[in-house]
Amino acid sequence: MHRAAPLAVLVLALAFPLAVHEPYYLSFASRILVYALAASSLNLVLGYGGMISFGHAAFVGTGAYVSSMFIAEGITSAWIGWPAAVAASAAVALAIGAVSLRTRGAYFIMITLGFAQMMFFLVNSMKAYGGDEGLSLPARATGLGIDLGSDVVFYYTALALLAAGVYALHRLAHSRFGRVIGAIRENEARAEAIGFPVYRYKLACFVIAGAAGGLAGVLLASHGKYVNPNVLHWTQSGTLMVMVILGGVGRLWGGIVGAAALLGLEDLIANHRVEWLASMLPNYQQHSGLGVGIVLLAIVLFAPQGIAGAFARRRRA
Amino acid sequence: MSWVLILEQLLNGLQFGLMLFLLAAGLTLVFGIMDMINLAHGSLYMLGAFLAAALVQATGSFVLGVLLAVPATAVIGMLLEVSVLRTLYARDHLSQVLATFALILIFNEAVRIVWGSDLPLSMPAALSGPVELLPGMFYPAYRLLIIGVGAAVAALLYLLVARTRVGMLVRAGASNREMALAMGVDVRRLFTLLFGVGAALCAVAGALLGPLLAVQVGMGENILILAFVVIVIGGIGSIRGALVGAVLVGLVDTIGRAFLPLLFGLFFQPRVASAAGPAIASVLAYLLMVAVLYFRPRGLFPARG
Repeated sequence: MHRAAPLAVLVLALAFPLAVHEPYYLSFASRILVYALAASSLNLVLGYGGMISFGHAAFVGTGAYVSSMFIAEGITSAWIGWPAAVAASAAVALAIGAVSLRTRGAYFIMITLGFAQMMFFLVNSMKAYGGDEGLSLPARATGLGIDLGSDVVFYYTALALLAAGVYALHRLAHSRFGRVIGAIRENEARAEAIGFPVYRYKLACFVIAGAAGGLAGVLLASHGKYVNPNVLHWTQSGTLMVMVILGGVGRLWGGIVGAAALLGLEDLIANHRVEWLASMLPNYQQHSGLGVGIVLLAIVLFAPQGIAGAFARRRRA
Repeated sequence: MSWVLILEQLLNGLQFGLMLFLLAAGLTLVFGIMDMINLAHGSLYMLGAFLAAALVQATGSFVLGVLLAVPATAVIGMLLEVSVLRTLYARDHLSQVLATFALILIFNEAVRIVWGSDLPLSMPAALSGPVELLPGMFYPAYRLLIIGVGAAVAALLYLLVARTRVGMLVRAGASNREMALAMGVDVRRLFTLLFGVGAALCAVAGALLGPLLAVQVGMGENILILAFVVIVIGGIGSIRGALVGAVLVGLVDTIGRAFLPLLFGLFFQPRVASAAGPAIASVLAYLLMVAVLYFRPRGLFPARG
């Protein structure tokens, strides 16, 4: 991507709340920012690390739940609740990664999926925190020296964290650590033979991504002032994977492009009536999953490099 | 706690395990031979259940409805294989996960458009009562039927895979696909056929479990993950592993849910026990998978030598 493009996107994102005052679209834009952070964190493991983790919702959900539990217990300060939630996600990622990374290929996919389902069922049975009905919060967290209760302030907070996250991802990818992770992805046996502690590098990558996913979870719960076990369901992990693949696996902007594309597509189908489609299927807008599914399938079959990849190839040609 | 209760739960576990096996059998062969992750397998289970419910309603006969739903689902499965899944074999796991995830969305909404979110499906009246298995021990007749059908299908499948020429080709494909191809096996056609069989097994499980659980959109998604747990425990590509894994998972899950809360009650305060018991019970199957993979990273019965 051209050097000026990230700046242009950032300026547009900064100006958005000034230009659009409708609460629905501000909330929608915030949701994209939050999911972009979650998808970018998954992209670190999936794209940069080459580890097909099918349980990323476990870390997002841990962040969402731990931060919400602090508020439910009366500790509303984000200074305490947010770092604790991120630390909890990192700890969960350390435990899951330590076991899962001993397996390879399809077994790794399945064991991360299994761990995430375990977390899902555990949270489901936490009756003290709403069980399967979820946990509604009276208000967002306080602190950080800002009024998080305001939707505009929340938008800018999410934007700042996403920008910081993507910048960190960029720096990480170009650091020594990132080169080693890339080498392991390309040829694990060779990296091992050169003398890198492959297992520890992969585990570190997994934990960093888990912590970042936890931060996205904190924002997710805070955004809707509500959290339920479905944030940990395996279809949520699948949705995050879809975003990464849509946006471009292992591309810096993949998470952002993918989150915006998928959420935008859902919103487009659900809220913008197309007459000729409606004449064939009158209430097609209630079935946005069908449209999303067909578009996804078409992308996998015909544009395997994702949206970003399709553009990149055209430019080179 | 009496031995009758324990026996009853053992039978429940066996019944659930056999149904899991029907789902896992097709999944493990697809996974083993083509190295293909098919998340849409659960959608075929859902589709089979919906077709059975609709056909039972239309024909007025439970047996006839189920017997029609099974080949119908098999045909849909084969069409799916020929039209979409076939192009995914050569792709990486990531593409397969994404494409079959998309298929789940498509199937869910298509079913919702055709039939709505759920359909009623009740067991035949003749089988709704209990049967006295042993003096003083009653067991629902319908669950007994499920065990019988599950065991019969499992045996048939075993004979098909272990004793017939087609089964031999399937096993050859599972243990070394390239070699099977080089020896002139038409893996493509074999595979379409195999996929139809897998879809039919899904339909049997969906139709039989329909009256016990519920025929609703999304019913395939949780049981699909459990079926994956089964094949990972058993070793991907191994029918024998799928059977052992399915019965293990069925028993562990059912027994855990029934007795773990009671067991915890013996050691902990009631408040802790009532919270922790169901929580631990619901993750036992996953814990089993983690434990198996920790000690045997390729499952109990690895298909590839």
